[in-house]
Amino acid sequence: MGEEDGERKFRFVGTRPIRHDGVDKVTGRAQFGADYSLPGMLWGRVLRSPHAHARIVRIDTRAAMAIPGVKAAATSADLPEIEPGPGPANLAHLSRNVLAREKVLYHGHAVAAIAATSEAVAERALLAIEVEYEPLPVVLDLDDAMAPGAAILHEDLKTRGGKDAGPTNVAAITEYDRGDVDAGLAEADVTVRRSYRTQTVHQGYIEPHAALAQTGVDGQSVLWCCTQGAFTVRAYCAALLGLDVSQLKVIPTEIGGGFGGKTTVYQEPLAILLARKAGRPVKMVMNREEVFRATGPGAATHTEIELGARQDGTITAARVRMCFEAGGFPGSPAGAAAMTVLAPYEIPNYAIESLDVVCNKPRTAAYRGPGAPQAAFAIESALDELAEKLSIDPIDLRLRCAAKQGTRTPYGPTFKRIGLIETLEAARDSSHYKAPLGPDQGRGIAVGFWFNAGLNSSAEVHLNEDGTAIVATGNPDLSGSRASLAIMAAEELGIEVHRVRPVVADTDSVGFTDLSGGSRVTFATGQAVIDACRQVVRELRQRAAKIWDCDPDQVDFVDGRCVPAKGSGLSEEPLALAEVARQAGRTGGPINGQAQLTARGAGPSFATHLCDVEVDPETGRIEVLRYTAVQDAGRAIHPGYVEGQMQGGAAQGMGWALNEELVFDTQGVLQNPGFLDYRMPVASDLPMIETVVVEVPNPNHPYGVRGVGETPIVPPLAAVANAVRRAAGVCITRLPISPPRLLAALHDESGGDS
Amino acid sequence: MTRMHITTCLNGEEIDFLCEPHQSLLHVLRDELKLTGTKEGCGTGDCGACSVILDGRLVNSCLTLAAEVQGRSVETVEGVAGPVSQAGTVGLHPIQQKLLEHAALQCGVCTPGIVMAVKALLDREPDPSEREVRYWLAGNLCRCTGYDKIVRAVLDAAAELRNLPEERQPA
Ligand code: FES
Ligand code: FES
Repeated sequence: MGEEDGERKFRFVGTRPIRHDGVDKVTGRAQFGADYSLPGMLWGRVLRSPHAHARIVRIDTRAAMAIPGVKAAATSADLPEIEPGPGPANLAHLSRNVLAREKVLYHGHAVAAIAATSEAVAERALLAIEVEYEPLPVVLDLDDAMAPGAAILHEDLKTRGGKDAGPTNVAAITEYDRGDVDAGLAEADVTVRRSYRTQTVHQGYIEPHAALAQTGVDGQSVLWCCTQGAFTVRAYCAALLGLDVSQLKVIPTEIGGGFGGKTTVYQEPLAILLARKAGRPVKMVMNREEVFRATGPGAATHTEIELGARQDGTITAARVRMCFEAGGFPGSPAGAAAMTVLAPYEIPNYAIESLDVVCNKPRTAAYRGPGAPQAAFAIESALDELAEKLSIDPIDLRLRCAAKQGTRTPYGPTFKRIGLIETLEAARDSSHYKAPLGPDQGRGIAVGFWFNAGLNSSAEVHLNEDGTAIVATGNPDLSGSRASLAIMAAEELGIEVHRVRPVVADTDSVGFTDLSGGSRVTFATGQAVIDACRQVVRELRQRAAKIWDCDPDQVDFVDGRCVPAKGSGLSEEPLALAEVARQAGRTGGPINGQAQLTARGAGPSFATHLCDVEVDPETGRIEVLRYTAVQDAGRAIHPGYVEGQMQGGAAQGMGWALNEELVFDTQGVLQNPGFLDYRMPVASDLPMIETVVVEVPNPNHPYGVRGVGETPIVPPLAAVANAVRRAAGVCITRLPISPPRLLAALHDESGGDS
Repeated sequence: MTRMHITTCLNGEEIDFLCEPHQSLLHVLRDELKLTGTKEGCGTGDCGACSVILDGRLVNSCLTLAAEVQGRSVETVEGVAGPVSQAGTVGLHPIQQKLLEHAALQCGVCTPGIVMAVKALLDREPDPSEREVRYWLAGNLCRCTGYDKIVRAVLDAAAELRNLPEERQPA
């Protein structure tokens, strides 16, 4: 249990103060990536490959450089050669994604970059760059990539975790197993065997990638960019450009959405490179088409599942095989999918296999709960079918095998206190679950799981001379994290939330902090803030002791005041924090706290979602009538932003289920690189999204925080598909469930395995 | 190329600027006038992040030529709030205030466009239904919130505006 869990009465945790950056954001004063500019600034643009797969024979930028106004050009020849090697972020691949070297691996792959006095001149210069390509056969998708004799994207690629040494497009295999699957299936009274497919999707953040770089003649560079992790950008840029980390300062701007897609670099190193070459600041902003063609898709997948259960609902065995499209470079979340797919359940016999497969599409980036939504779509759909075959309520079936404290996960560790059962029960007891349904309507339920991340965080708390405080951390604020960090500081210091000013600091001004992702900011950085505040409190007690001329042990800190400890025999009047702060100069100097940690014990997060749909059997149109998201947040620091993330994740998941799909032609050219044709949910597509926040405290966080951001996108794909299946009576095995696809399934006598 | 000399009323103030004939209002606002509150999410009229009000009508400034605003009146997000008081939020328009109270923004990049779209809606329809709000905002993409809190904030702001006495109605 957390040290304060249960007993502690919170003053600010669980309240809904207006976020500190709110006024800036509703008045247009907040500065996002593209909102910065500098005097004498040049504009950078990127030349992109017209081929999905080709060898680069020659690049010549001389004609482009001769155009008046063109100040610099860059190709991969300007980047230090980084040998392929292992590591979480393969820098050789990252370098080749930033600027193609030997080959282009997808349509839209960056080939060269230009800096010029205006965007128009830079665009004209791109046309003057001569590139000679030798086109190669296009490896479109998983089936192409794994077919015998398939064209190979990376000649040196070997399957990590695999047995074959030969040239392959399979970059890695992840496997987990337990027990005897064949025996388990033989024991089953009922089995379900299905194959599921999901398509390539995009994170769809509204703000395109933007970067502004400035370099001095001393080689020191400053980079403003919209990123989920300024320290990550600094590390990548320094490595890709061969700079010392200390030569680069990254200033994170406000960020207009990321969802995992802004955890890597694209034009950031190019802006620095061009600024160094030109000796002037360079700004680069992608247009929407480039965002779609060259950044972050979430992987398309193919999953085969076999499930068996006894008549009483005991699941006896599961076999899961997943294939993830990584795009041009290895690194899809196939491994995470293998870890998450069966994690919510206790199953005695299972075999999980998951493949990371390269093909000629953009390199995938993280997308909210990477790999888990696709995995959950498959397993939660199969479970639902199993429940129907067994005539068991789908929530009851899940409750019978739900993971709980002590359940061993397929990937190794044993769960401590978790809240899956609580979310299932809350869903079962909700008014939504009991509401009647009309004709052509159906209700789906699905469960989702995400680990949540810990990683490294730093925090600084500066107590100002008037008793207000600055909380500086290194995490860009994507969804109200400033407010939650300030609430935690206010709780520790016993001062009003708006007397705490939370600041997102640049890489020179705060200690190393891993990126905002993995639902880690409130959990991990929050812990660093709490630690730093506790240092401040220790210092406050010492200062009060000095003022009172007593031992610090004789001073307690309660509700923002130093008071004589019980039994200390002191009878001094309490000293408010502001009073101690005012006297800091006379009692030992400024009062600051500083903490850094590697947060361990992130609390796994589970959610159960309910979805009601109505299908129109004549047109195949699906309308979402009602939606409820239940999630264990551990502890909701600012409930408004917890609910908001649950609603936002649910909406993204509904889009993934119903509409969203990047459509590629046979040459690997994206056909819908815009919001008009890549159809994300708009306000009129959705109902209100009801939320139920369950709080099963994380024993590893002082307040019980688990982290919220990823899990809500995990269940909706299956929740929607299960609702459609129950409404229309056809099995849904392919996303998105677009009207034509549903119509085809309805007309397909074979049961709609479309 | 000869630049055009345009005179317009921007957030209640007479201003003039030079622009190329093909330049969008969005680019002039952001790059020439340095009013970066209006955002570019797509440049093709599909996201609404660039919403401004032109002679009382909601338009996408990325699809509006800068030259078109000659002699007309443009409102941007920078002109919606009054001065911010020491207490922090007093100068906000009720739409802005309600968006904050309802936690109806996460990243906030869609927010300026939403503020302008809602202002245009409530200027013409002071008592919209939830459905009307949803269809009116269908041109404003928000990827973070799922719209729930935005819609609630709009309905709440509408109610508040209806109840404000005449003399306290925002301009
Ligand atoms: S930028 Fe104008 S609609 Fe998207
Ligand atoms: S709050 Fe991020 S797009 Fe709307």
